[in-house]
Amino acid sequence: MDFLQPTSWADALAVRAERSDAVPIAGGTDVMVDLNFDRRRPGALLDLGRVPELREWTVEDGTGGVGATGGVGGSTVRLGAGVPYSRIIDDLGARLPGLAMAARTVGSPQIRIRGTVGGNLGSASPAGDAHPPLLAAGAVVEVESAARGVRRIPAAEFFTGVKRNALEPDELIAAVLVPEAVGPQQFCKVGTRNAMVIAVSAFACALHPDRRAVGTGIGSAAPTPRRAPEAEEFLAGELESAGLWESRGDLPDGLARAFGERVAAAASPIDDVRGSAAYRRHSLAVMARRSVTWAWAEYQQDLRKAA
Amino acid sequence: MRGRSGHSGPSVSTDAGTRPATTATTTPGRIGDSPLRPDGTLKVTGEFAYASDLWHDDMVWGVTLRSPHPHARIRGIDITEALTVPGVTAVLTADDVPGENAFGLEHADQPVLAVEFVRYEGEPVALVAADHPETARRAAARIRVEYEVLPAVTDPRHAMDDDAPAVHRPGNLVRHLQLRRGDQSVTAPVVVSLDVEVGMQDQAFLGPESGLAVPAEDGGVDLYVATQWLHVDQRQMCLALGMPPEKVRLHLAGVGGAFGGREDLSVHVHASLLALRTGKPVKMSYSREESFFGHVHRHPAWLTYEFGAERDGTLVYARARVLLDGGAYASSTAAVVGNAGTLGLGPYRIPNVAVDAYGVFTNNPPCGAMRGFGCVQAAFAHEALMDELADAVGLDPVTVRQRNGMREGDRNITGQLIDSAAPVAELLQIVADLPLPPQRDADADLRALPGSVGNTTHGEGVVRGVGYAVTYKNIGFSEGFDDYSTARVRLEMTGGEAVATVHTAAAEVGQGLITVEQQICRTELGVERVVVHPKNTAVGSGGSTSASRQTYVTGGAVQAACVAVRDVVLARAAASLGREVSQLRLDGEKIVGASGEVLTGLAEVLGEDAVEETREYRHRPTHAIDPETGQGDAHVQFAFSAHRAVVDVDVELGLVKVVALDTAQDVGKAINPDAVVGQIHGGSAQGMGLALMEEIVVTDGHVRNPSFTDYLIPTILDMPPMQVKVLEYADPHAPYGVRGVGEPPTISSGPAVAAAVRAACGRPLRRVPIRPEHITGT
Repeated sequence: MDFLQPTSWADALAVRAERSDAVPIAGGTDVMVDLNFDRRRPGALLDLGRVPELREWTVEDGTGGVGATGGVGGSTVRLGAGVPYSRIIDDLGARLPGLAMAARTVGSPQIRIRGTVGGNLGSASPAGDAHPPLLAAGAVVEVESAARGVRRIPAAEFFTGVKRNALEPDELIAAVLVPEAVGPQQFCKVGTRNAMVIAVSAFACALHPDRRAVGTGIGSAAPTPRRAPEAEEFLAGELESAGLWESRGDLPDGLARAFGERVAAAASPIDDVRGSAAYRRHSLAVMARRSVTWAWAEYQQDLRKAA
Repeated sequence: MRGRSGHSGPSVSTDAGTRPATTATTTPGRIGDSPLRPDGTLKVTGEFAYASDLWHDDMVWGVTLRSPHPHARIRGIDITEALTVPGVTAVLTADDVPGENAFGLEHADQPVLAVEFVRYEGEPVALVAADHPETARRAAARIRVEYEVLPAVTDPRHAMDDDAPAVHRPGNLVRHLQLRRGDQSVTAPVVVSLDVEVGMQDQAFLGPESGLAVPAEDGGVDLYVATQWLHVDQRQMCLALGMPPEKVRLHLAGVGGAFGGREDLSVHVHASLLALRTGKPVKMSYSREESFFGHVHRHPAWLTYEFGAERDGTLVYARARVLLDGGAYASSTAAVVGNAGTLGLGPYRIPNVAVDAYGVFTNNPPCGAMRGFGCVQAAFAHEALMDELADAVGLDPVTVRQRNGMREGDRNITGQLIDSAAPVAELLQIVADLPLPPQRDADADLRALPGSVGNTTHGEGVVRGVGYAVTYKNIGFSEGFDDYSTARVRLEMTGGEAVATVHTAAAEVGQGLITVEQQICRTELGVERVVVHPKNTAVGSGGSTSASRQTYVTGGAVQAACVAVRDVVLARAAASLGREVSQLRLDGEKIVGASGEVLTGLAEVLGEDAVEETREYRHRPTHAIDPETGQGDAHVQFAFSAHRAVVDVDVELGLVKVVALDTAQDVGKAINPDAVVGQIHGGSAQGMGLALMEEIVVTDGHVRNPSFTDYLIPTILDMPPMQVKVLEYADPHAPYGVRGVGEPPTISSGPAVAAAVRAACGRPLRRVPIRPEHITGT
């Protein structure tokens, strides 16, 4: 097995184009597990850890436009695919709170120093911790090939099957474009241990008061990470019709619960060694109910702070 | 690979004598002190040489081809393609086993390499040696084994059915222990009963199975290996290799935890076969995944219990049926059944008893020894039932246990006299009186809540529960086993300093035995510098590092050898000083008189001579139990512990945060108090792990989670700070009054946690590990 270690983005793309048998590695918290278990024997590892462009994050203002679901006029964080979780926690807790909360649940401190969102997207595991908040925030994945240049794929379209994504064989993930939070965001993850655990189920929500929308992301409860569109529309519609986006009044009784039930209905969970389908669905309903309650309380709190 | 190619032979330094000689009359680091363990800093800094670090310059690597099927007939094995892989030096099958193709702790029923049948997923079928482990793995994948898959027995509850396929002839029963005491027709006004199921726990030691076999010029082999009992390994290896013991020499390599999982052979015979075939040193080191298939596990158990009691909660009778899944080979199942049967009703006074304990063969992974050994499974049942009894008679969980708790002078359910301390009521009172943790703050850090940084609750659905459990455990080997240890102690002057060297074959597996051996030598010989000789089979057996027995039994042997050495030295001193031996003692490298006056130096007495003595130590004999009634003095010593668990449970999501796990335990005498507390911390964590998360999930004979991704053991965020209260009621029959320490905390912590979770969520929770969906009922 060859170990390829380009030191620039251009070289990385060239190597990717040449070596279709290479598996990109951006932290290795999934790839190395697969190698250790002999689940794959790639002809080469393409280590992206030495590509400096991938290890930066920048803020782009809204005028640049980053795609259909980008924040309206808001700023977007362009998160290099190789930025480790530890830096997301340290640097981006205010701009990308949902992603930072998810990053905090990844593995152990050592794993968070190694693991990256780009690697998580590359693995495209339904249990990837970064995915639900990216879906809820309306993030866009920026991929690139030497031959055809840059493509931007909404996160909701990026996951195509169990551990499959929309990447072409000659493409690498360059960055994730995540709209900066303009409202509260939450992330919840159930595991059967209190640290260092893969999600049995996970849920992210984001309130987008700027466009009076609700974002959601479900993890570990379907073949891919996915949104709960009906739940999003239901809640946004209820908030709209009750004038709550402006009034920031209390949520009507039962609204959070009804939202949770719609989130659970959006999942297609399975029974496996980590948990039962029924429990996954149940836990999603609870997490969605609780997290939207917290998010709304924060939204109400923001007004009081502003007042 | 973290190679250690700089040195040619494996060695572990155990010389802790780094402090300068002292003239103080009391040697530091004696019994009751807590000298630092010599391996501690090395382990924390990653410098300790574990068995997986073994290295020999011209070594090759061995790998094992294992069965993918729980039960199959082997139609044929074709190794020709594997032999053609460049770098391969040997491919071996059952035909290449020179001695008897069989091993086993109690019965040699397990083939070294499968012949005709495979009986569990992961059973070794063939071996490959190659110049690189990856080459060996690739070659192993090219061995063609033709299997005829056979019906498998995978539900132990049906293993004894008439139509169940036989895993072995004549049938699937390993052992049935029948115990009857008192009036079998007695009735009681209050009757409680339950069924409990316990999942398959793994020892999950952090250092996977590893060894290095070096062929010797005499045609024999030297095996460096991580194990728990060098001599029982040697006996089994001699049988399989067809060699006498003097040609099969074992050396203890650095052991990364054991907990019972290293009592059975792993790489031992395999690496030796490959070394003898290739003429080269052969290293074998399992991956984590292979480790899950490479050692026995804790028996899963199905338990049906009934207690009859007076209305005041006093027990009148107990009836119990215990079924243990032994898996495909006997290993130590019979002894585990022995414990589950003779100790399986807990430390209670029960006049009328009927117990039936069964161990059965199935095509599931073999199960055998693990910390707590049969008592762990039973404790989940008898402690849950004590809580039921408390509810039924309107008592609190502590009082009902105290009312029925065993006391010194009682006879237990096998009729054995409890002839030293049995402080059941006191231990419970201690944990009940310890301060409870404060109520959770409204703005508590996420890490203080169930679900932790998973951010699943900010307090919603969280209910606190408290649970209690108490246990007792036999220490040492039971039911008539000739259980002994050997120690050789040498005292000499080296470079002007008195040095004691202690040589035993007793395995240090991380529990701190090396330090204990040094402390005993310092205490008995009054010298500070004690070298612990590398552990090997050049000295007599040290017995097993299991059953919480080493401080007791090997400690007893070291004490005896020290006393013998001291007797020689003092006799010489007495002769030269013209005094009575009885007026002399050794301290601070001096011969001192009755009032502590220095009479002469050890150097003067010893001169150039070394004094060396070897002693065996046997604890009091135990006896087989009666096959009809289960009555008899089966055990040598009992150790007692109690736990109180406090948990916060998110009852809506089924997530648990253990807030406190406090304990009290009688250790007889704490030779090394820090090490004692360390054992109690670790044992408590392991018991809690079984209660809440640790389970090898086996479906139709296949292990579904052979990794630390899905076999979960507690992390620092799962384990609360502990209050540990250590009692020292000396056992007059044991050296220094010691009582085994390592196992009791593993037994009583889990049931206490389970009880606390039950108290919080109000569900019966009759299966452990308790999973979130059990708590939520989804």
